[in-house]
Amino acid sequence: MKQIEEIRSRFAYIGTKVYGKPLIYFDNAATSQRPESVVEALCMWSRYANANVHRAVHKLSGDATDHYEAGREAVRSFINASAREEVIFTSGTTASINLIANTFGEENIMEGDQVLISEGEHHSNIVPWQLLCKKKGAELVYLPVDENGEWRMDLLPGLLGSGRVKIVSAAHISNVLGILNPVEELVAAAHARGIPVHIDGAQGVVHSCVDVQKIGCDFYSFSGHKIYAYTGIGVLYGRRELMETLPPWMGGGDMVDTVTYHDTRFAPLPLRFEAGTPNFLSAASLGPAIEFITSIRVPEIEENEKNIKFYLEDQLNKIDGLHIVGKSPAKVDLFSFRVEGAHHSDLAMLLDKMGIAVRSGLMCAEPLINKFGQSGLVRISPAPFNTMEECEYFISSLKKAVGMLRQ
Amino acid sequence: MIIDSACNKNLKMTVKEIQNEIVAEFAGFEDWMDKYEYIIELGKSLPMIEDSHKRDEKLIKGCQSNVWLDASFKEGRLYFSADSDAIITKGIISLLIRVYNGRTPQEIADSDLSFIDEIGLRENLSPTRANGLVSMIEQIKKEALKRI
Repeated sequence: MKQIEEIRSRFAYIGTKVYGKPLIYFDNAATSQRPESVVEALCMWSRYANANVHRAVHKLSGDATDHYEAGREAVRSFINASAREEVIFTSGTTASINLIANTFGEENIMEGDQVLISEGEHHSNIVPWQLLCKKKGAELVYLPVDENGEWRMDLLPGLLGSGRVKIVSAAHISNVLGILNPVEELVAAAHARGIPVHIDGAQGVVHSCVDVQKIGCDFYSFSGHKIYAYTGIGVLYGRRELMETLPPWMGGGDMVDTVTYHDTRFAPLPLRFEAGTPNFLSAASLGPAIEFITSIRVPEIEENEKNIKFYLEDQLNKIDGLHIVGKSPAKVDLFSFRVEGAHHSDLAMLLDKMGIAVRSGLMCAEPLINKFGQSGLVRISPAPFNTMEECEYFISSLKKAVGMLRQ
Repeated sequence: MIIDSACNKNLKMTVKEIQNEIVAEFAGFEDWMDKYEYIIELGKSLPMIEDSHKRDEKLIKGCQSNVWLDASFKEGRLYFSADSDAIITKGIISLLIRVYNGRTPQEIADSDLSFIDEIGLRENLSPTRANGLVSMIEQIKKEALKRI
């Protein structure tokens, strides 16, 4: 318990109030809050190490470049990529996936080819592929999820067996279902047919110790702001041998070796895919953010996370007319649900007034939510250091809100 | 169509006066939950729109909740009926209808909605795609403007 209190003390928001009620932040799947170490580091660099990276010979630019590249090394080690060249900075998961679609997709997807994604994806892992397929005359095909939200792995061989699939892209953990998907199995099946795989790790990187070499994927993407870093920075991990073959996407400064009026030789990895001045401060914030997330992956906190997950799941299931969407032994502490007789946006508004921040609506995953016959859901996504007392208060507040709406 | 006695009474007041009346009603609530309890009550008492009016062209789709709005024009005045799948949204709609129903297009075009701020519901009308209410107010204004 002592350790949790210590960790909680590093967050400025804990102890603040909204509408006169202590703030309980249960929307970590959208954006996590930042520990003081991350905030302070960014403030310091903003004051004393703010200069453009990779360009100038002066001291300040050198310092800024060091912090930027330290962010890259922190990511490399965090996901166990084999080299820094495999870690490309982007503006977020969405930009990472668009980068793959516009480089690998542009080069390798032709008319009549297929792109395989799952039914459990958020818009970021649907729309870039729809745009690509439309442009190329290719087809977007889906690995179905069952009524519990689990991948229909029995249908995978048939889908891959069409002989037309040129890339597979799927979520490590869906932002709605909260199920840790069997990504290693997916990668093995695709690779057996020589098909590269992208894993969307926007949620996966939060809830699991990602090892890209163990997963074996060719691409892995995630955002900084969900793992305690600043917004506007994301990562695309790309297996080096594959990345070397891809054409550049965006052109500009920093991604070039030599430029004449007629032609350009491009910079080697990773800079070839980082045109223009990058978001170097946010990239650097990944360093202390990863240090923080690693520091809380200890038995006491993991035990707490497990306890609040079981408590919340148990208590939610006991509420009459409440239905959790996404059921699996591989469930993480992220719950989306609907309540009969109570609209999701009404519930979210009432919970907000009781000090609890939850997400409601389509959660940028409209096709998935519609598949489950809903126009929206409520989602709670606690952090590993939320307390049992907060969870108990949430459950009693939810019951109160449901009562108000149903009477 | 909603033309009840309250509405007729409302027509003797200006838009501003009705807004002031609503603000006074809400001033009595000490806490947010009481305020919302009242809005939920308003939502439950607002007559449902007839299903025949819930056509797609009347639908104002939001990420959070959907709003259906139907406008009719009679003897120089506009009348609205509306519905939503969310009860709090419906409650706020009933306040808007109380302010706007039976007004002339000019009155609607000239009106501001200061009461929304004063009773602390601004966040529910923030101009994001999250909510159909902002679009609903725009639609009400549009109905007025095309008749001026």
